[in-house]
Amino acid sequence: MSAPLIEQLDAPETWRDVAKKALHNRSFLTGLIITTIILALAIISFFWTPWSITDLDISLKLKKPSLEHWFGTDHFGRDIFSMIMVGARNSIAVALVAVGIGVLFGVPIGCWAAAKGGYADEVLMRTNDVIFAFPALLSAVMITAIFGPGAINAILAIGIFNIPVFARISRGAALSIWPREFIMAAEVAGKGKIRITVEHILPNIINLLLVQGTIQFSLGILAEAGLSYVGLGTQPPMSSWGRMLNEAQTMMSFAPHMAIFPGLAIVVTVLGLNLLGDGLRDVLDPRLRRER
Amino acid sequence: MKILTTLAKTTALAAALTMSASFVAINAWAAKTDVTLGMVLEPPHLDPTAGAAAAIDEVVYANIFEGLTRIGSKGEVLPALAESWTVSDDGKVYTFKLHTGVKFHDGSDFDANDVKFSLDRARGEKSTNAQKALFKGIASVDVVDPATVKITLSAPAGNFTFNLGWGDAVIVAPESADSNKTNPVGTGPFKFSKWAKGSSIEMVKSDNYWGKPVALSKATLRFIPDPAAAVSAMLAGDVDGFANFPAPESIPQLKADPRFKVVIGSTEGETILSINNKKAPWTDIKVRQAVAHAIDRQAIIDGAMFGLGTPIGTHFAPHHPAYKADLINTYPYDLDKAKALLAEAGFPNGFKAVIKLPPPSYARRGGEIVAAQLRKIGIELEIVPVEWAQWLDQVFKKKDFDLTIVSHTEPQDINIYARKDYYFQYSSDTFNKIMTDLNLATDQAARYKLMGDAQTLITKEAVNGYMFELAKAGVWNAKLKGMWENAPVQATDLTGVSWAE
Repeated sequence: MSAPLIEQLDAPETWRDVAKKALHNRSFLTGLIITTIILALAIISFFWTPWSITDLDISLKLKKPSLEHWFGTDHFGRDIFSMIMVGARNSIAVALVAVGIGVLFGVPIGCWAAAKGGYADEVLMRTNDVIFAFPALLSAVMITAIFGPGAINAILAIGIFNIPVFARISRGAALSIWPREFIMAAEVAGKGKIRITVEHILPNIINLLLVQGTIQFSLGILAEAGLSYVGLGTQPPMSSWGRMLNEAQTMMSFAPHMAIFPGLAIVVTVLGLNLLGDGLRDVLDPRLRRER
Repeated sequence: MKILTTLAKTTALAAALTMSASFVAINAWAAKTDVTLGMVLEPPHLDPTAGAAAAIDEVVYANIFEGLTRIGSKGEVLPALAESWTVSDDGKVYTFKLHTGVKFHDGSDFDANDVKFSLDRARGEKSTNAQKALFKGIASVDVVDPATVKITLSAPAGNFTFNLGWGDAVIVAPESADSNKTNPVGTGPFKFSKWAKGSSIEMVKSDNYWGKPVALSKATLRFIPDPAAAVSAMLAGDVDGFANFPAPESIPQLKADPRFKVVIGSTEGETILSINNKKAPWTDIKVRQAVAHAIDRQAIIDGAMFGLGTPIGTHFAPHHPAYKADLINTYPYDLDKAKALLAEAGFPNGFKAVIKLPPPSYARRGGEIVAAQLRKIGIELEIVPVEWAQWLDQVFKKKDFDLTIVSHTEPQDINIYARKDYYFQYSSDTFNKIMTDLNLATDQAARYKLMGDAQTLITKEAVNGYMFELAKAGVWNAKLKGMWENAPVQATDLTGVSWAE
């Protein structure tokens, strides 16, 4: 197995291979199932929730979990299960857009830096380091405190700190692709740097981005919950897991269900996404493939 | 990693719950002479004659500063620095006989000149007093002799001695007046000792107090803005009590605990849904009436205050004899009527507006409920939480708001509806006339009648949404005696507080 090794490594995996490997990866499967359930709850919440979360019926307040209210009700008489469904929608939306911002700006910056090299690379990546040096969540608190609390500002604040993450990872990955023979071939064939990046670099780094995206996604959900917990994130009547936790705080002693369920929702979702991310890396990452 | 902090916090709370019982039992055996009370808001400074913040009075009133008169725990007018007073037959000249031998905390003597200085300063051109209206009727202040002051009014004023009992009318010394903000020097039984910004204010017993000495040797007021932290501070014994506990949901739990005494009293806090009367579409009385019909007061009290509070139909304290109780039925909860009124006003499908909510739970939670209630008649409210500083700036000063929720805790403050450019921007000549008449009236029956007319007018015009009278949820160590049950003025009066043996 001397010469053919390289051939084997670079031989494109078919989707069937990937799928087969995925089905045998336990953490990927568990993560996928959890994520799908949360996603399904979020999507269903657009059309239906067991109870309305905007009509408050104070007379139903602080009911313990029952068949009628699976997770009980909160201090305004709202059904906690319904709020968690809508909260899932909110968390996913915020995290998705935040990751989107990171990808949209970070990936082009990273790829450009890798393609250009030299002075531009240096400037971009050092700027990146500066942004990295800020504690992300604290800075997000600062941004929302200045520009006012609300879902949009929370998304922007979380998104901004996703940019350097994606810039760095795509630059690193792209740099490892650039010296490869097929890129040289493309250069010889007269393709420009932009075209090479789009046609050859991106397809080769997309798996890495997907894995990182999943992880950033779960961090985004945590960040949104954190911001909402301190009152700077999503505002009522929209439901948010972080704010539910905050509201539950003073009622812990007599209505623990108010804190337990949103807390569980955050833990389970973040766990699911991290498992999914781990699994995806096992399945997709070429570097890991080599080691196996 | 906010979530981790939450988890840590909740575990800590749980631990505190189980452990605090034993700790407090150990602490309580020694006869204490110091007290630590919790307060929600930290005052911006400590000069009650130069600021509207209730937190200033809650620290210094009756403890550090005294006025000629003072207001007692039941809202009665009591003599303070004035030993006694007489009123001339025409009701215009008040002659106050002052206590002698009174010293300020810095050692300087108190006499009639200080009274003249303080009152002239408060009503003067350059005055920064938040309640200048209290002194408007004063024509002149004259020193008769060092222990006698004659105050001449331009017209008889029925509640002049009550006005002099406000925190804004305390007597200060010319030497220290300008530095009272950071180093308050008064004549009270406690003198200011230190202020750890962001944490606590400490005062100690004044040794040369002219009156009955206080039982406590030291009092500390700790600022605990977070309701959850207030609960744990109470349970852990970090504070001996709260004159006004910020987490109504925890009251049943504290009540069930034999270590604590829970006293639900009344305040002067009319908690209202303030409406910007000069901003469209709120200029239309029909829109305001629609809002009044759409508000379910009991639901707000139950949901936001866990049942603590008395519904009100107007801007007046329900425990006052002149309160018109029947006004609460002026706009019964009726969504059809509300929708019809909105349609008449030209908004059959409702409209969008903004509600700005300051931090207390009556506002934040109340606002969520109000938003849900108004949504039922088509008014979509965007909820904007603001900090107090922002509230004072955006809402109170710049009047940049549609709706807000705030509790007006000054006693008998219906006269704010006559103020020019007050933040909810109501203006009515009829109302101003009633207030002028009220200021001139000295006969009690006539005064009550006028107060009633004023209440009826603002309710009929649906100036603001009248929700409920804030309750005073006092929670303190069961061994602590002499705390006020009610809050007729903004105060944490510690002069009568002591520990039981």
